[in-house]
Amino acid sequence: MASTERGGFAELVRPGRVHRRIYADPAVFEAEMERVFGRAWIYVGHESEVREPGDFATTRIGRRPMVMTRHDDGTVRVLHNQCAHRGAKVVAESRGNAAEFVCCYHGWTYGTDGRLVRVPLRHGYPEDFDPDDPGTAMVAAPRVDSYRGFVFASLAPDGPTLADFLGPMTASFDDMVDRAPDGEIEVAGGVFRHAYDGNWKLYLENLCDAAHPIFVHRSSIEAARGQDDGVHSDGSGEIAVRQMRQNGAPYSFWQERVGIWTCPNGHSYLGDYHDDERLVASGGDPVFADYVAALEARKGPEEARRILEVARWNSNVYPNLSFMSQFRQLRVVHPVSVNRTEVHAWSFRLKGAPERMFEDTVAFANVTNGTGSLVLTDDLETYGRIGDGVTSEGAEWIQIGRGFETDWPDGRGGVQGRDSTSEVYIRNMYDAWLGYMTDGGAPADGVR
Amino acid sequence: MTDPAEVAAFLVREARLLDERRWDYWLALFSDRGWYWVPSEEGQRDPRTTVSLIHDDRRLLETRVRRLAEAEAHAQTPRSRTSRIVANVTVEGEADGIVTARSKLQMVEFRNDRQRLFGATQWHGLRPAAGARFRIEWKKVELANCDATLDGISVPF
Repeated sequence: MASTERGGFAELVRPGRVHRRIYADPAVFEAEMERVFGRAWIYVGHESEVREPGDFATTRIGRRPMVMTRHDDGTVRVLHNQCAHRGAKVVAESRGNAAEFVCCYHGWTYGTDGRLVRVPLRHGYPEDFDPDDPGTAMVAAPRVDSYRGFVFASLAPDGPTLADFLGPMTASFDDMVDRAPDGEIEVAGGVFRHAYDGNWKLYLENLCDAAHPIFVHRSSIEAARGQDDGVHSDGSGEIAVRQMRQNGAPYSFWQERVGIWTCPNGHSYLGDYHDDERLVASGGDPVFADYVAALEARKGPEEARRILEVARWNSNVYPNLSFMSQFRQLRVVHPVSVNRTEVHAWSFRLKGAPERMFEDTVAFANVTNGTGSLVLTDDLETYGRIGDGVTSEGAEWIQIGRGFETDWPDGRGGVQGRDSTSEVYIRNMYDAWLGYMTDGGAPADGVR
Repeated sequence: MTDPAEVAAFLVREARLLDERRWDYWLALFSDRGWYWVPSEEGQRDPRTTVSLIHDDRRLLETRVRRLAEAEAHAQTPRSRTSRIVANVTVEGEADGIVTARSKLQMVEFRNDRQRLFGATQWHGLRPAAGARFRIEWKKVELANCDATLDGISVPF
C-alpha cells in the first residue's frame, strides 16, 4: 500500500484513473487540507459583502474559520477568526459592521486589519509581549486579491498571482459581471448551506458532468414531464419545471451541442457551441427584452451582443468554487472530513437589470441549489452513495477515463473534450491535485 | 368564528396523511392556487427575493408530490419514515373567508440509520370547505433550524 509521503500521492493517480483512497483515506484528506487548501487561491467572498469600512463576513479556507473585512483604508482583509490570547473565536456573528473586534473572553480588541489595538488588564505580561507583533494579531492571510469583485485569499506567502492562477478563467468571471447593465453584481437573496456524507472533490466532479442528469435526475425529469402546465404557477414553478425537463435532454444533446474546456491549475467550464435557446433565457420573453434594452443602452448594441453570445454553463475554479452566469449562481465547497462536506450556494443580482430577473434567479436557486430541491437532493444522495461505496474496498481504481482517447489541446494551454461527455475536466483537476500534493514533482503528463 | 378544535383536527389529519405517505390525498387538500413555503431565514418576508428551502406554487407542489408518489427518487430509496406531532393549535384570525391557523410541529425523520428532528412554527391559511372541512390556501413552515447546514430535504414537513 502506498504511503502518504510525497511519492505515495503520485502513485494514487494514473492515466484515466485514480485510487479510491483519494476519496476514502483520512491521511490523504489531511494532506489536502495543508497542501491544496493551504496553498491555492481560495474564494472567500464577494466585495459586495463588505462594502463599507467595518463590514465583515465570516468565511472559511478549508476547515479554518476566517473573517473577511473591509478595513478603513478601503482594502479587503482576510483574518483568522482566532484570538491571539487563549484561542477563542473572536467574531461570533456571521456578518455585520464593527469598528473593532472584541474577544468575549478577556476583552482583547482587534482592528479590522487584525492588529491587536487594546489589551485590557495590560499589566503582568512578559517583557517581550508586543502588541505590534503579528503573532498577537488576528493573523491575516498573507495574500488577498480580487478579480472583478470576487475575493480570493491564499495561506501561502508565495506562489502564482491570482491573475496567473485564474489564467483564461477570468473570462468566466467577466461573463458573470459583464451581463450587469450597471457593470456590477452583488450578493443578494440569501444563501443555502447543504451537506453530504462524501468527499469534497465529488462536488466539482459532478458540476461539469454532462452524462449524469438523465440517470441521477430521472425522478424529477419524470415528475416534470408528467406535469400539467395548466396548473397555476406564479412564475417560479414554471421556471422550476422547465429546468427539470431540460435535465432530460438526450445524451446526444451533450455530445453535439455542448463542450467541455479545461485550463491549467485544475479549472474547467461547460459551454455551448451555439447560442442555444434551451440554455439561455428565451429572446421572446418580455422581461429579457427589457434587460437587453438596458444592456444595450449602457454598453452599446455591439458590446451587448458580444456579452450575450458568451455561452458558458458551469465554470469550475479549482479547488472548490463553481459558478454559472445565466442564473447568477455560485457555489463554494467546504471540506469537513474525508467523507463529510458542506456547500454554500450564493445568488447574485445584476445591477441595472429588471428585478424580475432576480426573482428568476431565486426560483432557479431553489430548484437547483436548494436544500429541498427535487434536483439537488438526488445529487447529494449520489455523493453519499460514493462515500459509502469506496469504503467497500472493492475495485481499487476509480475510472475517470471517459473521452481519454479523443481529448485534444485547445491551443491556449488547456485541453478540451471532443464533447461535453468527456471526463477531461476531472483528469485536469487531478493534474492540479498532483502538483499541490507532490510539490510539483509529479511528471507533467501524469494524468492525461 | 371557526372552532379551533376543528382546525386542530384538520391539522392532525394532514400530519397523518404525510406520515402515511398518502401524498396525493395531501396534495388534494391544497386549493387550486395553494402554495407551500419553508423559509431559509428567520423572519424572511418575501419568497420571491430570498431563497427558500421549499417554495412551491401549486404547479411545483404537484411536481414535488409526483416525484414522491410515482417516480423512484434516489434520495428516497430507501424511503424516509416520519413521525409528526402537531400541537399548540390556535386560530390567529379570520379575514376574507380565510382562517389563519398557527401550530407547533415536531417531526422525526428516519432514513439510512440516521434520525433527525425538526421543530417548527407552522402557519396555515385555511378556507372552510365541505367534506374535507378545509382547503389549504397556503402553508408556511418556520423551522427553528431554517438556516442550519442541512442534508437534503425530500419529504415536505
